[in-house]
Amino acid sequence: MIYINAFILVGLISMIGQIILDNSKLTPGHITSMFVSIGALLSFLGLYDKLIEFSKIGSSIPITSFGNLLYKAALEGYYSKGIIGIFSNMLTTTSAGISASIIFAFIISMFFNSKD
Amino acid sequence: MNKKEYEKLVKKYSPSEDKLKNALMAFVSGGIIGLISTIIYVIFLKFDMDSVTSTAYTIVILILASSILTGIGFFDNLVEKFKCGIIIPITGFSHSMTSCAIDNKKDGFITGLGSNLFKLAGSVLLYGTFSAFILVVIKVIFNG
Repeated sequence: MIYINAFILVGLISMIGQIILDNSKLTPGHITSMFVSIGALLSFLGLYDKLIEFSKIGSSIPITSFGNLLYKAALEGYYSKGIIGIFSNMLTTTSAGISASIIFAFIISMFFNSKD
Repeated sequence: MNKKEYEKLVKKYSPSEDKLKNALMAFVSGGIIGLISTIIYVIFLKFDMDSVTSTAYTIVILILASSILTGIGFFDNLVEKFKCGIIIPITGFSHSMTSCAIDNKKDGFITGLGSNLFKLAGSVLLYGTFSAFILVVIKVIFNG
């Protein structure tokens, strides 16, 4: 069941992105930026937890989970450390994704050259 | 019917079909990424890890895989075919960084690779962080 739920959730979010992409002049860059903000907004409204309930892993794969994690980490930081916590905790939970992307991007770019 | 009218007609009828096909492709490809990540996630759960750690491992593995596939050049074909199905999951974030790194490597490590690494991923980080910040401020003001 968790397989099907993850399939449906990631598929649906991707499909919404594709529909917006096809019916507007926005670029993929716009879509991803928009989706991160939407993720933070859904988290703010308490709706992202419903997605997490539906599929724990599925909800953390799309880029919307970035916004969700940023918002939650920053809020948690505020509650534990005060205003400075917003800044010092903001990137804690998303760190794995960001650092892995940076490190692998650098290593991989050492081995491959662009085709053109 | 002259050529212009014909083109108009084609334009009227073909995109909607393409859009439907694109949407379905995005659904299926996004779904498959969700499925693959669930498989990885379940494997890590079997190693007695909690769900947060397993999720982190899954994300790192997806990022590594998409980074390697981008390096090989295979990923660009996938993006062309499936578009948002690949871009919306975390794979798109990693893909954008790796492709920026590879494309700009020829201009040097600092002025090329380093300064262009976040060319596309930067907007995701900026607007994600900024909207999270604003929303936290709103939440704190209204809920204390």
